[in-house]
Amino acid sequence: MRHILSLLLENEAGALSRVAGLFSARGYNIESLTVAPTEDPTLSRMTIVTNGSAEVMEQITKQLNKLVDVVKVFDLNEGRHIERELMLVKMRAEAGAREEIKRTADIFRGRIVDVTDQTYTIELTGPRDKLDAFLEALDPLMILETVRTGASGIGRGDWIMRV
Amino acid sequence: MQLSGAEITIRCLEEEGVEYIFGYPGGAVLFIYDALFQQDKVKHILVRHEQAALHAADAYARATGRPGVALVTSGPGVTNAVTGIATAYMDSIPMVVISGQVPTAAIGLDAFQEVDTVGITRPCVKHNFLVKRVEDLAETMKKAFYVATTGRPGPVLVDIPKDVSQQVTEFLYPAQVEMRSYNPGVKGHPGLIRQAVQMLLEARRPMVYAGGGVVLGEASEFLTQLVRELGVPCTNTLMGLGSYPATDPQFVGMLGMHGTYEANLAMHHCDVLLAVGARFDDRVIGNTRHFFVEGRRIIHIDIDPSSISKRVRVDVPIVGDVREVLQEMLKRVAETPQRLDPVALKQWWHQIGEWRARDCMHYERSDTLIKPQFVVETLYQVTQGDAIITSDVGQHQMWAAQYYKFDKPRRWLNSGGLGTMGFGLPAAMGAQLAFPDQVVACITGEASIQMCIQELSTCKQYHLPVKIINLNNRYLGMVRQWQQILHGNRYSESYMDALPDFVKLAESYGHVGIRIENPADVEGALREAFALKDRVVFLDFMTDPTENVFPMVKAGQGLTEMLLGAEDL
Repeated sequence: MRHILSLLLENEAGALSRVAGLFSARGYNIESLTVAPTEDPTLSRMTIVTNGSAEVMEQITKQLNKLVDVVKVFDLNEGRHIERELMLVKMRAEAGAREEIKRTADIFRGRIVDVTDQTYTIELTGPRDKLDAFLEALDPLMILETVRTGASGIGRGDWIMRV
Repeated sequence: MQLSGAEITIRCLEEEGVEYIFGYPGGAVLFIYDALFQQDKVKHILVRHEQAALHAADAYARATGRPGVALVTSGPGVTNAVTGIATAYMDSIPMVVISGQVPTAAIGLDAFQEVDTVGITRPCVKHNFLVKRVEDLAETMKKAFYVATTGRPGPVLVDIPKDVSQQVTEFLYPAQVEMRSYNPGVKGHPGLIRQAVQMLLEARRPMVYAGGGVVLGEASEFLTQLVRELGVPCTNTLMGLGSYPATDPQFVGMLGMHGTYEANLAMHHCDVLLAVGARFDDRVIGNTRHFFVEGRRIIHIDIDPSSISKRVRVDVPIVGDVREVLQEMLKRVAETPQRLDPVALKQWWHQIGEWRARDCMHYERSDTLIKPQFVVETLYQVTQGDAIITSDVGQHQMWAAQYYKFDKPRRWLNSGGLGTMGFGLPAAMGAQLAFPDQVVACITGEASIQMCIQELSTCKQYHLPVKIINLNNRYLGMVRQWQQILHGNRYSESYMDALPDFVKLAESYGHVGIRIENPADVEGALREAFALKDRVVFLDFMTDPTENVFPMVKAGQGLTEMLLGAEDL
């Protein structure tokens, strides 16, 4: 099953490699991993999308907690949560095709953030399946480049993850 | 007080009460060696290879319970040390490793003797640090000792660039450190402890399985009390030997791949299993699916939550310091009048007695060939069971574990998790330094001993009178055994041709060497060796090359599927 893990870790050199190294050393999967400092510059917040059985997820959580740089680990699947990912897509957009692309982007609440005679660059935010659906709605021959950030997640409601 | 990084490093060791550090100098640690030279509180032991520095420091920790400290230079100094670091990591040994690094300005530029030390060691340390500013050094050292020795212990590495060891700053050693991301002090859950005691008291076929965590957690005394109070059988893992007295009638021997018939069968057929500081390793319970053919309820006490429900699901998980949890359990037992059903317990012991009667440790005696088991048995008698025994890895290690009966913890020092050949001799040095008046013997084989043989020189320099019991069968014995049993007698590269004359070799290092070729000479040679209290004696026993370790559970098989002797092959 797919799980989204939220981590708070010390914002120190090497912390990321400890987490990434743990996943490769123990053979756990990483679907995506995002990390950036928080409002507290000594802390980073990481979101890891992974998958595994309940037993594997228990081990992943325990092993992450064991890393000295990791302050907190929470499996967002244990409660209601919001998952968002940002994608940038560069499209071939020549005269004649431009209207159709614009309309598709609008339907998905995407924004065109860069324009040339030949191309559009579209920014789109949402959960993974929305981003996938957008790519499916486009003519694959027209897609020049895509870049995705991987998911970031946060719990819904009053629940707060902090030190 | 203004001190250089190098001086700070040594002062921190002093503050931590470090007696010995084991190391080898080089370019990146010259300032640290200079600081060492100018003081006499911390004594340095110069090894002949960095791997040995790590093993010696590791064994010092195993023997004393205090953290071992090693010091190596950058690049090859570190890469040579990695085997020793990984050895300590797998067996959860508290250790602080200080490594030199190229100057901060040169990091990442492929400088001479540069490696990414933090990167290379990351998977085999509990934690590691790269100190980039001399102002951070003292606190980092404090953290290193704190992390290494608390919770589930392990090696911690501090990488110090050369310029950091040279720069000067105010020295202030913090009395304590706090780390928000590291909180090792866990108290066992009282409700679960109650539940565990109740489960044990209701057991009809109880079993206690204790591992290295009991030794590391200084909990032998309480384990022994609990087992005796309840009247239940107890087994030890390879790492746990000595945590319960081996000569006690309630001890059923070591379990696992080369465990006793009675220990493995009791482990398999018990209805309530109390696992203490052990981790259901593949060499201990074999095939997990086979293990669960018999239903049993499992109580598991361990300080590391990730050790619980890793290979087997348990019913009562107790995360906590084993010493504290066992004390709590004893208290709980004392408060309740209830004891185990005496009839059921008697039946269980009767069953175990039948298994014991199989006498699985029996071996063919010989008047002409020296049986390795006989050497270990004789060693046990000659040293009155009171020596510190180190071992290397292979058949001799298993015979040592099977035939030397350890009644006390911290007397049996071996590489259980990583299985590092070359551990034995440097480990004996570390133990001998820690306990100069103790008899220290290294049980080894002609293959293992050659992996750190250079340390005979260190033994000479520091007058470490360790005794080397070389069970010389001219084979990589355990490899040969597996090839015989599992690979159709095809002895691929397991014969040791062109062995050195170990007697002459020992003599050339300034030691005493004795070759023993007849069973009748075994005891005499051992007595002669141990009478030479201030000398290293290398005893080269020419043992039966065909002897195998039994019982044996083949890798991947169930715990009860044991080969008991040559007749089962």
